[in-house]
Amino acid sequence: MSEHIVSPKIYAVIFLSLMIGTAITVWAAFQNFGKFNIVIALVIASIKATLVVLYFMHARYSPRRTQLVIVCSVFWLAIMLVLTLADYGTRAHDLQPGVSRLTPRATSHFIQA
Amino acid sequence: MHRTGELYGHFETLEQQKESATLGMWIFLVTEVLFFGGLFLTYTINRRAFSTAFGIGSNTLDITLGAGNTVVLIMSSLTMAMAVWSAQVGKKKLVSIFLIATLGLGTVFLGVKAIEYKQKYDHHLIPGHGFDMRYRSAHPTASDDLKELAREKQEVQTAIKSDPDINYHGQLYFSLYFGMTGLHALHMIVGAGLLLWLIKGSFVGRYTPQYNTPVEIVGLYWHFVDIVWIYLFPLLYLIDRHH
Repeated sequence: MSEHIVSPKIYAVIFLSLMIGTAITVWAAFQNFGKFNIVIALVIASIKATLVVLYFMHARYSPRRTQLVIVCSVFWLAIMLVLTLADYGTRAHDLQPGVSRLTPRATSHFIQA
Repeated sequence: MHRTGELYGHFETLEQQKESATLGMWIFLVTEVLFFGGLFLTYTINRRAFSTAFGIGSNTLDITLGAGNTVVLIMSSLTMAMAVWSAQVGKKKLVSIFLIATLGLGTVFLGVKAIEYKQKYDHHLIPGHGFDMRYRSAHPTASDDLKELAREKQEVQTAIKSDPDINYHGQLYFSLYFGMTGLHALHMIVGAGLLLWLIKGSFVGRYTPQYNTPVEIVGLYWHFVDIVWIYLFPLLYLIDRHH
């Protein structure tokens, strides 16, 4: 396999896309999309990360073996995130929104609000 | 170890050697993905449970510095990619120039981070005994925008109503903020050391179209650190700005 050289032109296009992505992220953060603010932020971040991996890190032009390793890393990460969050989301737990209180206030030695 | 030029004895060709090195670097990066992934997971669980405190904590961060740093870091990724390209097409002088530019931008990023940490120190937002989310609005300095501080005070007072332990839960946010950005900065410092080593090699013209593996490998690492920041920026700085 001969080496693939990515041209500066492609790098420049990717750089500009990343800049635009950053601008949209900041803009979107100030709009009220309710629950979707976090979704939008993460989708844009993931698109930016994918662009970096594919072009700056040359994954698009790498051997299949290397691409397999990259896909595996995302897969293992997904296992960790999905299973753990499913656990926290579905059980009666100390870390549920609204019921959370890590320590009784009386024993907290921190400055009380 | 037996070595002919840059080719080690256990490889057939430079190309095979480069492919192996790249694969090895990616396997290391997989462990890094899971390492930072665990931190992001911790952040997500706590943010969900203590969203009020996390929102207030996030709003104390300076968006201009954060967004500026994002731009600086993405630019450094571009110059790093250009350094790889320069080596691939045999422009030896450009390799040095782009590597130095990358190091310079990385240093700017760390400098801005230091300014941000200092602000948090001044505002009593380092987790520990002196931590107090109300400190800043209660102690305005000459350079502060009083209107902005009044808004912040109002925000904290409203938050206390829904989360009386806000000073306790706020420390969770700032522990994660310093932990995650600190580990990210540590990775940048390691990257800066690697860049210094590359720059030294580039001065003697070590990187050529036939052999540029070190530039490529350090590039992979540098871009990975960039990706971590791409997620850190919206999650830490932007989670509760839409009010």
